[in-house]
Amino acid sequence: MSHDAHDGAPVRVRRYSGSARINHWITGLSFVALTLSGLSLFHPTLYPLSALFGGGGNVRWMHPWIGVVFAVGFLGLFLRFFVANLPERTDWQWLARIKHVLAGREEYLPEIGKYNAGQKFVFWSMVVLVPLMFVSGLGLWETGLVWVEQTFGYKATIDQRRLAAVVHALAAILMIVIWIVHVYAAIWVRGTLSAMTRGSVTGGWAWRHHRKWLRQEVGAADSGGKPPPKQQAAE
Amino acid sequence: MSQLQTAFELTKRSAGSVPAPAKAVAEVAKLIDISRCIGCKACQVACMEWNDLKEEVGVNTGVYENPHDLTPATWTLMRYTERINPETKDFEWLIRKDGCMHCQDPGCLKACPSPGAIVQYTNGIVDFISANCIGCGYCVKGCPFNIPRISTADNKAYKCTLCSDRVAVGQGPACAKACPTKAISFGTKADMKKLAGDRIKDLKSRGYGKAGLYDPPGVKGTHVMYVLHHNDKPSIYAGLPDNPTISPLVELWKGASKYAGLAVIGLSVAAGVIHHLLTGANRVSKEDEENAERLTGGKK
Repeated sequence: MSHDAHDGAPVRVRRYSGSARINHWITGLSFVALTLSGLSLFHPTLYPLSALFGGGGNVRWMHPWIGVVFAVGFLGLFLRFFVANLPERTDWQWLARIKHVLAGREEYLPEIGKYNAGQKFVFWSMVVLVPLMFVSGLGLWETGLVWVEQTFGYKATIDQRRLAAVVHALAAILMIVIWIVHVYAAIWVRGTLSAMTRGSVTGGWAWRHHRKWLRQEVGAADSGGKPPPKQQAAE
Repeated sequence: MSQLQTAFELTKRSAGSVPAPAKAVAEVAKLIDISRCIGCKACQVACMEWNDLKEEVGVNTGVYENPHDLTPATWTLMRYTERINPETKDFEWLIRKDGCMHCQDPGCLKACPSPGAIVQYTNGIVDFISANCIGCGYCVKGCPFNIPRISTADNKAYKCTLCSDRVAVGQGPACAKACPTKAISFGTKADMKKLAGDRIKDLKSRGYGKAGLYDPPGVKGTHVMYVLHHNDKPSIYAGLPDNPTISPLVELWKGASKYAGLAVIGLSVAAGVIHHLLTGANRVSKEDEENAERLTGGKK
């Protein structure tokens, strides 16, 4: 939390460290590059997208390497955020009241920790899909196949490579849909983007969307940076 | 063989479509009569010579195949199978000239994402246009016969062209020209079927009751056909597929998943836009900020 609030400007609460944000944007930018290059080979009408990379031949060799960057980046995000994304009881209440969530009526929702059930859904979907994309991607990548054969002594059959193509395409579609949900939520819920640009959100944002987390942050600050006591804060 | 795009009209083009051909052209075919093949590899040499290919010197592991598999520089390969016929107890040496079958319904072309990298001419020949090839290897997955090979030198896919450059000027393929026993013939597909019919009749009269023509309907026929003495079990000929078809996985990948996928992505975007129009932005209110101020003591 920063201490620069004065009259008129809302208090700001720190949400992401600099390294977390760099990690996020490396992963995010590589995801966009993967989507554009991948879609260019997905459907003939999208092939012109390959021009962004300097042609189909460049897409062929760049896409897998960007995939490696993305996978490493996502591993970093996983290690940083998986604890905060573990399911808890309020997630089920949140899901049961999804109507209110979609209508933006947050007064009907339980107090939420750092992540709500929707954010956790995005997180765990990616945890499943990224390894699926990585393994199936190896099966489509000539260099990757050679590496697998030399490292593990395993040679994928043609039928396995065909299956990899189907899995890669279907998982990619799901990932893009999840990504659309992720980006849309960040746009719809105003004030969210600054968490990933400046690393902080306004106190009001935290109060409105992640009140339990805000209370924990305040408690941690009051107790000198130590984890907050398990208290049920009164309204 | 890009110079041929002007010599031949196209009927199919990867990742795109072509206008209906202006004139009907007789389909061509190469007929490989396995019962006449002596395994001399003259066809393999002729192929390398005409197409200016140079295979690396390999290792002898005690088998006749040389090299051991099709490669970017070996577009046709003699495959040898030794077998005891369980019915006659005869020893049989089955020799099959392997290479692109030039399917009427080419799986490679269906799988190819690069516009115009794989084409089919009106005469049936399936050709790779190197200038458009991006080396992704999708054709390898599309092919029911495991034929295309990707060169690590220039990252392009290679296979038999059916000597489309020779055919364009009225010549037969180099392999057919070199064959000393006339095991390889080339002509219109109708003529080749007739020739095969005569050969099969002869083979049947000499005890090969199951002799027949390999022109698999699963890929709508091929423009390279075999006369097999045991047409009831093609797979004994070094794994020639009994009933080749484009894999259902490839059909799923290149068919339903594309349209369903793009539709789902489009619908997700539309759902976001509609949701935003209906509910408006989810904004933090003044009270929220005040409450936060109170909770944090106003100096966080």
